[in-house]
Amino acid sequence: MARPGPALVRAALGVGLILPFAAAAAITLAASFGLLPALGGQAFGLDPWVRLLDQPGLARSVGVTLLAGLLGTALALGLAFGLVFALRGREGRLARLLPPFLATPHAALAIGLAFLIAPSGWIGRALSPWATGWLTPPDWPVPQDGAGLSLALGLAVKELPFLALMMLAALPRLPVVRHLAEGATLGYGAAHAWAGLVAPELYRLVRLPVYATLAFSLSVVDMALILGPTLPPTLPVAAARWLMAPDLALYLPGLAAATLCAGLVALGFLVWWLAERVAAALLRAWLMRGQRAKGSGRVLGFAAAGAGVALALATLSLAALAVWTLAWGWRFPDAWPERLTLQGWQSAGREGIWGLAARTAALGVAASLLSVLCAIAWLEAGTRAGREGPGRIEGAVWLPLLLPQVALMFGLQVIAARAGLAGAAGAVLWGHVLYAFPYALLALAGPWRRLDPRLLQAGATLGAGPWRRLLTLRLPLLRGPLLAAAALALSVSVALYVPTLFLGAGRIATLTTEAVALASGADRRLGATYALLQAALPLLAFALAALLSRKEGA
Amino acid sequence: MKAPLLAALGFAIAAMAQATMALAATWDETLDKARGQTVYFNAWGGDERTNSFLTWADQEMQARYGVHVQQVKLSDTGEAVARVLAEKTAGQTKDGSGDLIWINGANFLSMKEKGLLYGPFVADLPNARYLDLTPGSAAATDFTIPTDGYEAPWRLAKFVLTVDSAREPNPPRSMVALAGWAAAHPGRFTHPTAANFMGATFLKQALVELAPDPRALALPPTDASYAAQTAPLWAWYDALRPNLWRKGTAFPENESALQKMLNDGEVDFAMAFDPAAAAAAVEKGLLPPTVRSYGMAGGSLGNMSFVAIPFDAAHREGAMVLANFLLDPATQAHAQDLRVLGAASVLDPAKLSPAEAAPFAALPSSPALPTAAELGATLPEPHPDWMVRLAADWAKRTAP
Amino acid sequence: MSGLALDAVSLAQPGAAPLFAPLMLTVPPGQVTVVMGPSGIGKSTLLAHIAGVLGPDWVTRGRVTLDGRDLAGVPAERRRVGLMFQDALLFPHLSVGANLAFGLAPEVRGRAARRAAVEEALRQAGMAGLADRDPASLSGGQAARVALMRTLLARPRALLLDEPFSRLDTALRADLRAFVFAHATAAAIPVLLVTHDAADAAAAAGPVIQLRP
Repeated sequence: MARPGPALVRAALGVGLILPFAAAAAITLAASFGLLPALGGQAFGLDPWVRLLDQPGLARSVGVTLLAGLLGTALALGLAFGLVFALRGREGRLARLLPPFLATPHAALAIGLAFLIAPSGWIGRALSPWATGWLTPPDWPVPQDGAGLSLALGLAVKELPFLALMMLAALPRLPVVRHLAEGATLGYGAAHAWAGLVAPELYRLVRLPVYATLAFSLSVVDMALILGPTLPPTLPVAAARWLMAPDLALYLPGLAAATLCAGLVALGFLVWWLAERVAAALLRAWLMRGQRAKGSGRVLGFAAAGAGVALALATLSLAALAVWTLAWGWRFPDAWPERLTLQGWQSAGREGIWGLAARTAALGVAASLLSVLCAIAWLEAGTRAGREGPGRIEGAVWLPLLLPQVALMFGLQVIAARAGLAGAAGAVLWGHVLYAFPYALLALAGPWRRLDPRLLQAGATLGAGPWRRLLTLRLPLLRGPLLAAAALALSVSVALYVPTLFLGAGRIATLTTEAVALASGADRRLGATYALLQAALPLLAFALAALLSRKEGA
Repeated sequence: MKAPLLAALGFAIAAMAQATMALAATWDETLDKARGQTVYFNAWGGDERTNSFLTWADQEMQARYGVHVQQVKLSDTGEAVARVLAEKTAGQTKDGSGDLIWINGANFLSMKEKGLLYGPFVADLPNARYLDLTPGSAAATDFTIPTDGYEAPWRLAKFVLTVDSAREPNPPRSMVALAGWAAAHPGRFTHPTAANFMGATFLKQALVELAPDPRALALPPTDASYAAQTAPLWAWYDALRPNLWRKGTAFPENESALQKMLNDGEVDFAMAFDPAAAAAAVEKGLLPPTVRSYGMAGGSLGNMSFVAIPFDAAHREGAMVLANFLLDPATQAHAQDLRVLGAASVLDPAKLSPAEAAPFAALPSSPALPTAAELGATLPEPHPDWMVRLAADWAKRTAP
Repeated sequence: MSGLALDAVSLAQPGAAPLFAPLMLTVPPGQVTVVMGPSGIGKSTLLAHIAGVLGPDWVTRGRVTLDGRDLAGVPAERRRVGLMFQDALLFPHLSVGANLAFGLAPEVRGRAARRAAVEEALRQAGMAGLADRDPASLSGGQAARVALMRTLLARPRALLLDEPFSRLDTALRADLRAFVFAHATAAAIPVLLVTHDAADAAAAAGPVIQLRP
């Protein structure tokens, strides 16, 4: 029996949390066609686009963005397959291993990774001069190479844990053991059967997260600033830079570039979709040949080893940040700083890093609680409306994950200013909830719908009304997933840079805005201090969530 | 004879007193309104010393005027400009998000032209009496653009190169000599991208040294003057570029990234618009003690940094009090202290009383700082349109 | 008009034929009526419909009344119809005692009185003193008895049993059956038992209805 209440709740949540993205995209699109009153460009026109096409290196920008995005996503996907295959049967351990990597903010990871892989970086220093003979670092284009390979590597390292976790979540829905047994009775090895039978179905289940990863990779700004090419930069970096250029005349092509970023994501989707078709055809042909070769084992083993290297790089990146926070006088080719000092922490303390960390945490906790509450309201409204599945509108929560941030910010800024929220803490919190909500919902929806409905029916026949069923049965039963969703939402909030900056009008400082501002400063020690603390907050949240949900089991 | 003269004098004195009182009265009103306000100061956040200085300024302002100063740390001043623009787009005319912006040159020009600034306000500041505001003077001109009272100066900057003297004891002291050094040491020199202020300044320094007629640079460039004045520059640059780091196919984002590269040993030079920057980095173990900063033999570009108030500032009075505080002789002496900012004073020494000048004489010196001789003369900035065209031209020329 | 009455009740998925022919049935208080039929005929669905926990995507016809009150549109929590599933379905995050207290009718007021009622129920189930146990540590027979006591503590006006003995081995099954029927008869409420086990039907000693398409 459908009642108006639940439908209203879902409609309100949709208007408050999803519609702004569509509206913001529309405002940016309109502005890119000259509909921007303050610049004196009210007339509809192609001027921004003409000026954009005039920018030198635009074609190369577009090309390198596509290449790095597609390569990074493909690499992350391949490595995730290798990892999930290599650790099959030990999924629980893998699921505990990955969240810290998932929680590491992009900016912090990129800063650490850039220092790690540069010729003058930690790896180079550890090997010089005894192994390499280098007294000064060689003039190699790493990172920030013109082809975007360093950026692709950074994206692969960052996105691998996300895709692997998505695969782990989907795996129970597949009859893996049966597939492998069937394969074995037909004379196929485990790797062959896994690659041919499990992997394609697994891919089908994680397709949406893969497309979200692709969209993110094609539109990332902070990572591309640190690891991506500079001459020209990737398109989203160029768009962000034009939108912030001293010359206001660059604002119009900046808006056109922001819109083009969205088009580039669409183009990337098309390329990926075509690649899917080709891969499916190749896979069919390969399976039809019926060869029982060992090749797939080698490929999966290679991918698993690559995943190991990627996770090691991520770990070392954080370690490099940690050492830098204490370094005094660390030059090439010394593998270790001249001496260790607390100066970085002391001057960070003088600048109020602890108060800032507390504020960042408070914002993260508030955004996390609100987004989890909204997710609960969304799911409970569905439950009370008697809806079993996600329904059609729920697909829309993927919108912010599929649209480039840089294409939305101008519009979101205009909406916030119209709502009288410009530069207020409320606007930032709203933005954080906007971006944290989809993750909270995605993390919660599966466990919510998998919960045995008969438990709640039993509660109902015992006289418990909908509120008592929610508060005393469903929520306590979902304690683990709720904690995980809250930790994930917090980590999303802490990592948000562009929305914090734009919606807070720069007034609302967080560890992230300060870390990125300091990344452009000369003090690598102080920058590392902020980046490390930025990474520590979500890690702490995940550790706390794991601890609290383990207590429940004990 | 005497009586009319005395009368006239008395009248003049009375008028002056009245004018002073009028100023005092409105300034007292400003101070009253400012009390309790929080001034959001949009200032580049990449320099820890500047951040610390502004923290100190906040404490002083609270103690003296009851005004709270909150630094909004930008990674690029353009962010603040874009924000004010977005506010205007949304139809907002008051309660804007920023109150004061650390601004210069092209940003100032575009904000002034788009009507995004409040003013003129500099004449209303009591401490403006310490400035040399005659037309064309450094404090009244920003990149050859008359400030017209829309921005107040607060610190002086000058172009310097920084070299690791352990690796290069006799560094080149002109742009021509620099190209020769780079040819002998390929891959060991670079400059920030010209999209960045520092990188564009490097090109401008070369332009000032190489232009056939430097006087033409004070005027906005025409197509003809641009072609004539920049021809030697681009010939020089085309010869230099293949010898740059990564063969001139990539450039650091700003001078801070370049300083990190100097410390990492990837290059042998850095550059700054602050003669004390390298000395400060040595103090903190971020550069080796062997680095030295120096100016060009024929003089180096220098300019003043300014503060301006957005048209929709929510706390205009507090912003004015802060702008005035920054011009206080005691504040300027504090900022000039090497241990604080090392930023040279913007005040006209001739306008300071002996008591006000004394703190400047008492400031400590450091061997790590360039001497006046090593710094050389200060060259005036070209009109900002030169920088815009240089940056755009550079982007086209270096586009792959 | 006391007891549970079904008047021409039939259930169907939208666009499909009804699961079974319209059902007429009256269960007076204290009587156990048995419903039998092949699997898939909709026995569990029928109980879910009577209890009010059937999903919205069903087309239902006919009337269900309890003690003369039409149950149409009454939410499950206000029907006072107890339902026992094949599995005990004890709430895993609550102790045994808390599971029982969850079911205990709100009319029993005061901490001491409620605690006493729970202890008494446990004693009747032969499990005195186990209030603080984790449900996961109970045996199958114990869990089923706790589930029944939990249902009865809610003071239902009718009891629906959905093959509650099918997961137990033969010896335990007879034992539990006797326990359930004794308590149900003592409560003097109508009982509807769904089963496909002839022994269950025989032990119920009441009318047996065959569901057919």
